[in-house]
Amino acid sequence: MITLTHYLVLGAIVFLIGIMGVLLRRNVIIILLSIELMLNAVNINMVAFSDYLQNMSGQVFVFFIMTVAAAEAAIGLAIVVVLFRNRETIDVDRINVMRW
Amino acid sequence: MGLQSFLFYYFAIVIIATAALTVSRRNPIHSVMFLVPCFIHTAGLFLLLGAEFLAAIQVLVYTGAIMVLYLFVVFLLDLPSFRIKKITHQQTPLAVLAGLVLVVQIIVLTVVAVFPRPAAEVKAPYFLGNTEAVGASLYTTFLFPFELASLVLLVAIFGAVVLARRERGEELP
Repeated sequence: MITLTHYLVLGAIVFLIGIMGVLLRRNVIIILLSIELMLNAVNINMVAFSDYLQNMSGQVFVFFIMTVAAAEAAIGLAIVVVLFRNRETIDVDRINVMRW
Repeated sequence: MGLQSFLFYYFAIVIIATAALTVSRRNPIHSVMFLVPCFIHTAGLFLLLGAEFLAAIQVLVYTGAIMVLYLFVVFLLDLPSFRIKKITHQQTPLAVLAGLVLVVQIIVLTVVAVFPRPAAEVKAPYFLGNTEAVGASLYTTFLFPFELASLVLLVAIFGAVVLARRERGEELP
């Protein structure tokens, strides 16, 4: 029998993989993909709770999260393109002009 | 093992495997391509939970639109020309340790926690189909956030165009 806990543990594991991607990788595109992965993990949790509580609000929240994810992808990728055009790199270790 | 359990474990294993491959591949194109089955199997998970509308949106918007956008940018950037030798930072061991501690904490707390069931078993909108129920909730309770979401998308379109636009007379690199 699959319970709510199964879904929550799955969401936690996928979220951890996303965090690892953001913390460990140096390629900006992979970091953006990891953020999508984390949003996806949250979506799994939301839908699981929506099913558990028999309440539609969770699914509406997922709808909004997807909207924000689309906007974030568009802006983030535009920034990556501008960055590559100006600096010829998307390695975050070499993007350190504003580092104190 | 029932069909529901089998499907859940199949989807879960594929999601975790493709997610791990996404963050561990050296070539960004491989990463993007591995994220596509991850999102499609998440859509399957949504179907399992009775959220048909979100499953369709997941396939259409995430795999259809966002992943294609990522692929276009990866193609556009000519990445192999500056192949990064070392793909991870120096703080790798520390970050892995912190991440493992975090996920163990979350899993333990999730397994221990008791989630209360709602008092009323089934609410009225649930008698409708899933898409109608989402629509009914979206256009009544969440009408203002819905309008705000359209504004967010509009700002994102303007932002992307303004950022990626070239000035007149600017030469191609």
